[in-house]
Amino acid sequence: MKVVETEELPVYDSSLQRSMALSELLDAYRYRNAIFQLTRRDVVSRYKRSFLGIIWTMLNPLGMMIILAVVFSNIFNAGPTYAAYVLSGLIVWNFFSQTTNAIVNNLNAGMGLIRKIYVPQSVFGISAILTGLVNLLFALVPLFLVMLLTGVHFTWAFIFTPISIILLALFSLGVGMILATLGVFFPDVIEMYQIVLVAWMYLTPVIYPIAILPETTRFLIINFNPMYAFVQIFRATTYDGRLPMLEEFLPALIFSITSVVFGWWFFSRKAGDFAYRV
Amino acid sequence: MPTVYRIQPDHDWAFEKDVRIILENVSVLYHLPRERIQTFKEYAIRMIQNRLEYIDFWALQDVSLYLKKGEALGIIGVNGSGKSTLLKVISRVLRPSKGRVRIQGRVAPLLELGAGFHFDLTGRENIFLNGALLGFSRVEMEEKLDAIVEFSGLWDFIDAPLRTYSSGMVARLGFTIATDTDPHILLMDEILSVGDAEFVNKSEQRIQKFREKGVSMILVSHSLLQVESLCERVIWLDHGRVIVEGKPSDVIQAYTNRKQQD
Repeated sequence: MKVVETEELPVYDSSLQRSMALSELLDAYRYRNAIFQLTRRDVVSRYKRSFLGIIWTMLNPLGMMIILAVVFSNIFNAGPTYAAYVLSGLIVWNFFSQTTNAIVNNLNAGMGLIRKIYVPQSVFGISAILTGLVNLLFALVPLFLVMLLTGVHFTWAFIFTPISIILLALFSLGVGMILATLGVFFPDVIEMYQIVLVAWMYLTPVIYPIAILPETTRFLIINFNPMYAFVQIFRATTYDGRLPMLEEFLPALIFSITSVVFGWWFFSRKAGDFAYRV
Repeated sequence: MPTVYRIQPDHDWAFEKDVRIILENVSVLYHLPRERIQTFKEYAIRMIQNRLEYIDFWALQDVSLYLKKGEALGIIGVNGSGKSTLLKVISRVLRPSKGRVRIQGRVAPLLELGAGFHFDLTGRENIFLNGALLGFSRVEMEEKLDAIVEFSGLWDFIDAPLRTYSSGMVARLGFTIATDTDPHILLMDEILSVGDAEFVNKSEQRIQKFREKGVSMILVSHSLLQVESLCERVIWLDHGRVIVEGKPSDVIQAYTNRKQQD
């Protein structure tokens, strides 16, 4: 442990007027190991005490799918592939609802830390998304199985799936960061969000086919529900076995970029005030 | 009144090599709602009625200070005088509302030991997690690992989950990681005494070694005796303002005189 005097010392200057969004981004990059470690902690610790461990990430959506398939397949008069249809929708929906809440919870849990030592606040949000991505990856395994068992065909279009997932992740990050920021100042927002989520899920064709909706409702959902776009492009390359059409892909791209840019900007602008909340 | 060694206002504040911290006219304003407003609805109603009441509370007012390489600065003052806020400004937790803070060198804040520790993870896993939250890369932590385990004396338990540790063992691990960072500036809120007598001794030696190596230190403490014996310069804070700055004996004398008057 020798201090080398010629060493370039890190310098902090509070008066440096850089864009807050940009400096948050640079700091998040500098703390990328923290992002990785927090993700690792969340993935490892969640299942550490359970016997089946990480297998639960696969059993969870599978169990839900079985329930929904049993309940709804008669109502919708759907064929055997309905199970794969539901599961592909559920994977997208669960990712969104779980990660947006996880960002809020992660930031709340990190608040004690944020008031004591310097950590770029966005690392809590990004790590929540990465944890969600790990879970999603595991959830793809039962989707393959169900697709195989129900006779849905795989095609090369599947290679495109990671792009749908990345767009979904960016969208969720943006929404989660807006929520987390509001939640710091108005905790009620988080409670309200839980109700919004329930309504939002039923406004998204996760368990029902979009065709059963009346025309006006369908028009509104297709054009104004971002989650429709993400469910649609994810299903295209898995369940439908085709590449998404441009009119499906573009809305998803626009929703996700708008969300992550606005969310990041809003969050970084307010992040400096978090430690002031006592 | 003792001699007041205030920094000169006309000083050129360029960073010289041996300067670690410069605070120029730093103020911290807490802008707190008088009542906590919980919902948008309430917020909106109050905004329309213009009934949003805030308390403006200056936790620090116009504080200027510098710290040179190898210096130990003590901060004294009653509860709520702004001592902890000062440490938060220096450790980058709070961005000052006014003024400028400049730091040169790595800061080791011994304020929150074991940041982010998770009790289901092993000691080893927690070393990597805690180190990452302190801003270190994985490679850097791998290099430190052996020294950390060695110093904390936890060889036999390092792969056991943290929940099996005693609170003393957890504190030992936290202290070791926080100080095994080759810092240039140590921030301390009260002198730490963690673990058993042997470890307290070891940790004091480590701090002593830092001092010999030229690591600067800011010590916030209620123990005037400790401040007097450890620091070369002392600042007395009251209501967020620097009342006196100078030699420990002088400042402490002035401080105790005032306290007796109250």
